Amino acid sequence: MKRILLAATALSLCASSVSAAETLKIGLVTTLSGPGAVVGADIRDGFALAVEHAGGKLGGLDTQVIEADDQQKPDVAVGLANRMTERERVQFVTGIIWSNLALAMVPTLAASKTFFISPNAGTAQLAGAQCNPYFFNVSWPVDTVAEAAGQAAQTQGFKRVYAMAPNYPSGKDVVAGFKRGFKGEIVGEAFTPFGQLDYAAEIAQVKAAKPDALFIFYPGGMGINFIKQYDQAGLLTQIPLVGPGFSFDQDILGAVGDAAIGIKNPLQWSPDLDNAENKRFVEGFKTKFGRIPSFYAAQSYDAAKLIDGAVKAVGGDLKDKDRLRKALESAPFDSVRGRFRFNTNHYPIQNYYQREVVRDETGALTNRLTGIVFTDHADVHAQNCPLK
Amino acid sequence: MDALLLAEQGLNGLQLGVMLFLMAAGLTLVFGIMDLINLAHGSFYMVGAYLTAALVPVLGNFPLALVAAVLLTALIGLAVEAVALRTLYRRDHLDQVLATFGLILFFNELVKIVFGPVPIFLNPPAALAGTVDLFGLKYPAFRLTILAVGIAVAVFLWLLIAKTRLGMLIRAGATNREMVMALGVDVRLLFGLVFALGCGLAGLAGAMAGPVLAVQVGMGEQILILTFVVIVIGGIGSIRGALVGALLVGIVDTMGRALLPSAFRMVMDAASANAAGAALASMAIYVLMAVVLAIKPKGLFPAA
Repeated sequence: MKRILLAATALSLCASSVSAAETLKIGLVTTLSGPGAVVGADIRDGFALAVEHAGGKLGGLDTQVIEADDQQKPDVAVGLANRMTERERVQFVTGIIWSNLALAMVPTLAASKTFFISPNAGTAQLAGAQCNPYFFNVSWPVDTVAEAAGQAAQTQGFKRVYAMAPNYPSGKDVVAGFKRGFKGEIVGEAFTPFGQLDYAAEIAQVKAAKPDALFIFYPGGMGINFIKQYDQAGLLTQIPLVGPGFSFDQDILGAVGDAAIGIKNPLQWSPDLDNAENKRFVEGFKTKFGRIPSFYAAQSYDAAKLIDGAVKAVGGDLKDKDRLRKALESAPFDSVRGRFRFNTNHYPIQNYYQREVVRDETGALTNRLTGIVFTDHADVHAQNCPLK
Repeated sequence: MDALLLAEQGLNGLQLGVMLFLMAAGLTLVFGIMDLINLAHGSFYMVGAYLTAALVPVLGNFPLALVAAVLLTALIGLAVEAVALRTLYRRDHLDQVLATFGLILFFNELVKIVFGPVPIFLNPPAALAGTVDLFGLKYPAFRLTILAVGIAVAVFLWLLIAKTRLGMLIRAGATNREMVMALGVDVRLLFGLVFALGCGLAGLAGAMAGPVLAVQVGMGEQILILTFVVIVIGGIGSIRGALVGALLVGIVDTMGRALLPSAFRMVMDAASANAAGAALASMAIYVLMAVVLAIKPKGLFPAA
């Protein structure tokens, strides 16, 4: 009996190692239920489009994408990290949107030498002292985008700015980043409970403080609540909103409506960025899914193209992890955002653009490029990262 | 802080309170009379908001869409009561919690299938989109409308409960259900009506909240917790308690968020004042609940 069992185990091990050499397995762990599912849908669809554009073979290998719903919960995400490494034996995990989930998954994935390509979650912690050889980020450290928003507010000539964000780690990071870029006076700041619904009290305080502009970081539903209420208070035209592009993208524009038109919001990507890769991506996405892609979809598309390029560069050899990591570090792909390379901390060095919300020729709300804020910009955290 | 700002914050507090009252009234009625813990109350709020958003473009008129949405939500409530909840009245509260939690998942998925996962657009009607000048204070017109609708609903509920036969039965049912049954009242019909009324009120709250908040899947759960705080403070089963509790929570929450950070700034530096103020402000209503429960364990106006 024991011998049969042993033989079976050997056989299955053998089988799995053969299939691993032939098939590229990628775990796409993202949020597919609850309010965060809007973003998860774009992450999933952006990735699927890149696989399709590569003819179903990322890096020339048969590609199997295993989707799983993290429910926006760190404990579920850790469970899925275990499943992906132990049962599915994937070589890459991607799809993660939220920083707190990414932080929870890194130890498991790194221990099993599974490469973790974050299409969005960009906590400053993983860019600095806690950077990891198996973690790559194709978006940004969240505070660096806020730094660009600060620089942009400076350029727009605002002297006195009021800052608001949810009271959680990324909210604090973002306000700190804004202060790094903005040299004027911060006349007040408010940190609101995460998920707050009604902002009347804070809006009244802002009105009384009479700043030149109001900086906000309210992603998702919080942003819809805030912008609607700010508009109804009649302040949009008096005290302009500024902030990173997260609060003003495709996932909320439809629900906010005309109130969002004209808001300036810097980010590393915009649907109208003029390069061949981006045109192919945006047109392909619109045709396949019938909507304008958000920056989340663009980043997820890039995550797939990074995997594609790196696997090609090593000739499909997924066993030699050090070689694969070197290939990933060289970022051998054409990003939809144009020039892209990795810093030593595995976060991008890239341009940050000024964007403005407009109504396009089809009547849909979207963003348009209006200028450039930072060229070839690296984040401040890389110096604390021990990776070389 | 000047008087005008203080007045504005007072109005904000009242308005938030009224909004919570619309939610709490239905929840407390259902709990008080039917002894049913309905976690899915927030789902009817979501359904009301989505129906209003869907009907405004069809009917071309916000008030009409609102009335239609409220009636439809009440009808859906009636159907849910008949299909899913009727068998639960004799079960204990834990079974009810489990079943109505299942309803939350059901409604969230249903709304996602019908309307898609992306939050949808609902703005106030054009006439109420701007601000109104109140003695030099520019206040959003739609928030004043919410205040007016809330007061009207409070008056309507008072008339219904204090002056009508149905209200008499509701009061009797809340006090002693067995006796009402023994006297030959059709309890099944009464429960159905009460549940539909509660759902209609939740739908109205959703319809009024839609233009101010994000109309998205899961919006009901966000407000449900606050609603439970309100009815626990007010006393479960009491409409009067729900009104007082809602106004208290609205004002304490708003004033906490408005005043605490600046109060802390008088004794410490700005950064730590903001942090401490924000932390304490988000706790304020729970502290209020703890204090009320310590003094009056059954809430401010216990029903029985």
